[in-house]
Amino acid sequence: MFVYADNAATTAVSPKVVEAMLPYFTEVYGNPSSLYSVGQKAKEELEEARERIAKVLGAAPREIYFTSGGSEADNQAIISAARIGEKKGKKHIISTKFEHHAVLHTLQALEKEGFEIELLDVHSNGVVTAQQVADAIREDTALVTIMYANNEIGTVQPIPEIGAICKERGVLFHTDAVQAVSHLHINVKEQNIDMLSISAHKFHGPKGVGVLYARGGIVLTNVINGGAQERGKRAGTENLAGIVGMAVALEEAVAHMDENNEKFAKLQDRLIEGLSKIPYSELNGDRNQRVKSNVNFCFEGIEGESLLLLLDDKGVAVSSGSACTSGSLDPSHVLLAIGRPHEVAHGSLRVSLGEDATEEQVDYIIKSVTEVVEYLRGFSPFWGDLVSGKRPHVLHQEGAPLGKIS
Amino acid sequence: MALYSEKVMDHFRNPRNVGVIEDASGVGEVGNPVCGDIMKIYLKINDEQIIEDVKFETFGCGSAIASSSMATELIMGKPVSEALQLTNKAVTEALDGLPAHKLHCSVLAEEAIKSAVKNYYDNNGIEYDPKDFPDPEVEACHMH
Repeated sequence: MFVYADNAATTAVSPKVVEAMLPYFTEVYGNPSSLYSVGQKAKEELEEARERIAKVLGAAPREIYFTSGGSEADNQAIISAARIGEKKGKKHIISTKFEHHAVLHTLQALEKEGFEIELLDVHSNGVVTAQQVADAIREDTALVTIMYANNEIGTVQPIPEIGAICKERGVLFHTDAVQAVSHLHINVKEQNIDMLSISAHKFHGPKGVGVLYARGGIVLTNVINGGAQERGKRAGTENLAGIVGMAVALEEAVAHMDENNEKFAKLQDRLIEGLSKIPYSELNGDRNQRVKSNVNFCFEGIEGESLLLLLDDKGVAVSSGSACTSGSLDPSHVLLAIGRPHEVAHGSLRVSLGEDATEEQVDYIIKSVTEVVEYLRGFSPFWGDLVSGKRPHVLHQEGAPLGKIS
Repeated sequence: MALYSEKVMDHFRNPRNVGVIEDASGVGEVGNPVCGDIMKIYLKINDEQIIEDVKFETFGCGSAIASSSMATELIMGKPVSEALQLTNKAVTEALDGLPAHKLHCSVLAEEAIKSAVKNYYDNNGIEYDPKDFPDPEVEACHMH
């Protein structure tokens, strides 16, 4: 059996999206900036895609800027807000400890320039509260940037509440919605979101294309300089096939969101219940306040890379937050942010289901993970020390009580 | 190119000499769980100073398991003096290479063997120069 369960990493492009993209490679191949017919046809299609995406997000078309993906959108949103802020002497930025690196590394670069970056602590259930944001906002706060849903543990942040607070306090608010847009209903106006990033390949669109939504009136700073595309704010000939594919994929995802979530919820319950039967394993992130396709577990006494390589041998494609898989010394900053100790964070597993997942596949994942964890524990001296009592267990034998993680 | 060579994947999937020697002549353990890898080597050494049997237990990534497995193969049946000469480079070469950020796994294998031999020397009152052996007190996660 082959089960692709790493949809938070990327997704397969849907056949409908591929079909919608094809004419833009060989028929409507004109440059949207060209004045002749094949160029103007491309321009029309570009603007139509912009309108469709704007409509889904509750935005105006002129508030949609096409980028190369989520990382570029995050970079541009944060840099723009910083430039707007510093003109008014505001150099304080609020974010969280478990953002995506596209956000964290951009903030680090601004810190070197003299900005003060305040990263909010994340509760052990993987959520920051609107109150934390309210308490952190100061007179000189230029931006609040908080992800909509976490990419590793899938926990959903109270974005509408945070948006309302930011609006009331007159602070710009950006959210990285890359992991959320196909799973949660987003309306930028109703939720008081000033800027938002999305990436097509997370919802069955193509790679290399994304959107930065920026509310009208927010003056963006270019990250890519050159031609006058995207109203002069993002240079480079538009990736029209990708943009059209993204529009189709986004409409599809949002149209089927509720039925998908209903199905995901059942599979998620089944998966969490099954993996919880492994002794000394625990769910990472809140049981309920999470994206329905995401399950993330820690297993004591084993290391994540070995786990995922052996799962790959069984045909199960998943990911881990272990240091070994990241190429760095430290395990996932997300798991550390929710308070998992290093030795537990090394043994983590993320399963992100796709819309075509079945109960049979979920059962196969449970069976495979159970077998591999047991096998690896069988010759792990760390596990041996936990069993003999030489080292204390950190996780509960029966897992944390479901729904009561705080 | 894939992350790991065929040789690494073979030793990872089918690790040789996994287990415990209950009446080991020497046992060595290096690494710590905070860093994400621990290697434990058990040696059975006869009166002629020959390594009659070797077993390992490892907590760690694919390359840590493969490095342990390969290291045990390289010293099986060899004189202790020869096992002490085993370098991380030799382990890496025998595995047809490791990615740069995984080289520390082969270092752990070398250190685990040295640590087991040191334990054997200690158990049997054999004199040695402590400088020739890794410092077990070094707990910081390292990358070579």
